[in-house]
Amino acid sequence: MGEKILMKGNEVIGEAALRAGCRHYFGYPITPQTEIAHYMAKRMPEEGGTFLQAESEVAAINMVYGAASAGVRVMTSSSSPGISLKQEGISYASCAELPAVVVNIVRTGPGLGGILPAQCDYFQAVKGGGHGDYKMVVLAPCSVQELYELTVEAFNISDKYRILSMIMGDGILGQMMEPVEFKDKEEIIKVDKNWAVTGSKMERQNNVITSIYIDPEKMEDHNLKLQAKYKAIEENEVRVETYNCENADVIVAAFGTVARIIKNVITMAEKEGIKVGLIRPITLWPFPDNEFQKYADVPKAFLTVEMNAGQMVEDVRMAVNGKKPVHFYGRMGGMIPTQQDILNKIKEILKG
Amino acid sequence: MPKVFERPHALKDVSMHYCPGCTHGIVHRLIAEVIDELQIEGKTVGISPVGCTYNNYEYFNCDMVQAAHGRAPAVGTGVKRANPDNVVFTYQGDGDLAAIGTAEIVHAAARGEKITTIFVNNAIYGMTSGQMAPTTLLNQVTMTTPFGRNSESHGFPIKVCEMLSTLEGVVYLERVAVNDIKNIKNAKQAIKKAFQIQLANKGFSLVEILSTCPTNWGLNPIESLKWLQDNMMPHYPLGNFKGKDLEV
Ligand SMILES: Cc1ncc(C[n+]2csc(CCOP(=O)(O)OP(=O)(O)O)c2C)c(N)n1
Ligand code: SF4
Repeated sequence: MGEKILMKGNEVIGEAALRAGCRHYFGYPITPQTEIAHYMAKRMPEEGGTFLQAESEVAAINMVYGAASAGVRVMTSSSSPGISLKQEGISYASCAELPAVVVNIVRTGPGLGGILPAQCDYFQAVKGGGHGDYKMVVLAPCSVQELYELTVEAFNISDKYRILSMIMGDGILGQMMEPVEFKDKEEIIKVDKNWAVTGSKMERQNNVITSIYIDPEKMEDHNLKLQAKYKAIEENEVRVETYNCENADVIVAAFGTVARIIKNVITMAEKEGIKVGLIRPITLWPFPDNEFQKYADVPKAFLTVEMNAGQMVEDVRMAVNGKKPVHFYGRMGGMIPTQQDILNKIKEILKG
Repeated sequence: MPKVFERPHALKDVSMHYCPGCTHGIVHRLIAEVIDELQIEGKTVGISPVGCTYNNYEYFNCDMVQAAHGRAPAVGTGVKRANPDNVVFTYQGDGDLAAIGTAEIVHAAARGEKITTIFVNNAIYGMTSGQMAPTTLLNQVTMTTPFGRNSESHGFPIKVCEMLSTLEGVVYLERVAVNDIKNIKNAKQAIKKAFQIQLANKGFSLVEILSTCPTNWGLNPIESLKWLQDNMMPHYPLGNFKGKDLEV
């Protein structure tokens, strides 16, 4: 048993990164994730690491690009408008196959939006956002405990596949305090980073990190290589939680903190004799298509609940593949869906 | 017979793609000679920019990272912070460093990042075929200033060394040119000093090199060297701006 402490979500992300062996953090302040930077500013020097407040998100992600090229575990964090600025570097790092962790504690948008929690960056995270055909592993924790576990996991997945991993939470998760149990020791996968630029020491061929392939055949070959890697990740790295789905009248799909609300809705609904199930994608990419297909014959309908205008619902529809209707309920602007509203929506669906 | 002249080891034995008369090749050679003389090839990491030299990782015999347009100083910062024992240099054109990447260079300099920037100023965007750069001279004709650059519409040329010289993190700053033998020799000394400053862990160093772009200036190689001397040098005076007397 490790120690159990009451801690704020954002700080847990910082501590988890440190325990995962990350000693380089580059960031730029933005609400509601700034505590990650505060935490790193204090802890990194204590652990002999680098905390650097960059001049912008653009610079921060490019510092990540450099440090990842040099073979170290590195992280940056931001919130929605800042992540938009990081998209350039995200695309470049994806092409150059650099492992690193990017945290997005999502706030409302578009534009400067507001600082309250939202899930409106789903498309940006899983469908690109930067240019080109690339993917990031996107992990969506729903508790402070999971913030810790998935942050550690994000570093391992990144190193294993040479890919960026994104931790995507909303402002509630970043700001809330919950008990978190730390392990005594983290399992850190060790991979040979013989591709990194560390100086050849005149003992090996020079290493080059690049994202440019002017020759179209080489560019296509590289894209095919990336796509093959993404396929392997789709086969091996899906994480999903299912709850109460076996006999459900309605299966709700939700991720992050919204999924917690759904668990209360399930209890409320039970009292009224309505059976509600939950499929909670933990990896938003790779998306748990198989889980939706597995339960597609069970309910009368699916309902996706999100804090946005309807983004993940598109992936749920694709996964359900027309077998059942897929409904959507969402709130925006930092408004949080209430249990009663969701239950009403479920009843409305069942009435037909 | 002793050899008196040979290809520096830090420069690969391949032919370069630069246009005839372009001085990028000279600058590459000077950097490679310095790497050889300082015996740092095995610990050097270069950062390539976008622009005509986007693929100079094919020419330098050391580890290299290719960076996005303007971001080389940030990428270099990441590399250096990850492995402080490496010697890190960025190679950047004027479009790269003084337009899209202004924030990155100013802040790497202000932080006193222990990297060396080789800044090649040819007063134009070469790669994308001759558009105005921040360093384009007043009255200079480019594809996007077809009637000549005028300050009213296009603003004034940026003097990078003068601008950066106000920053405390900058330890060594020198402007050189590669238009004749004497200046080329001076350029090499400046590049060497800039690397030595980094090796001595003193802070940020930058060498601005006035360079030619015969293709986009629409001049032959000889005329280009003269144009550089007659037009660029009066506006961008050669000399040391910082760190001249530093012992390394
Ligand atoms: C984000 C982005 N914008 C624009 C470009 C197109 N681009 C490539 S090179 C270049 C200009 C480079 O000029 P300079 O840095 O002066 O180098 P030179 O080609 O003269 O050596 C531009 C605008 C790009 N590659 N990336
Ligand atoms: S376009 Fe200009 S800068 Fe580029 S290689 Fe040709 S001469 Fe050199």
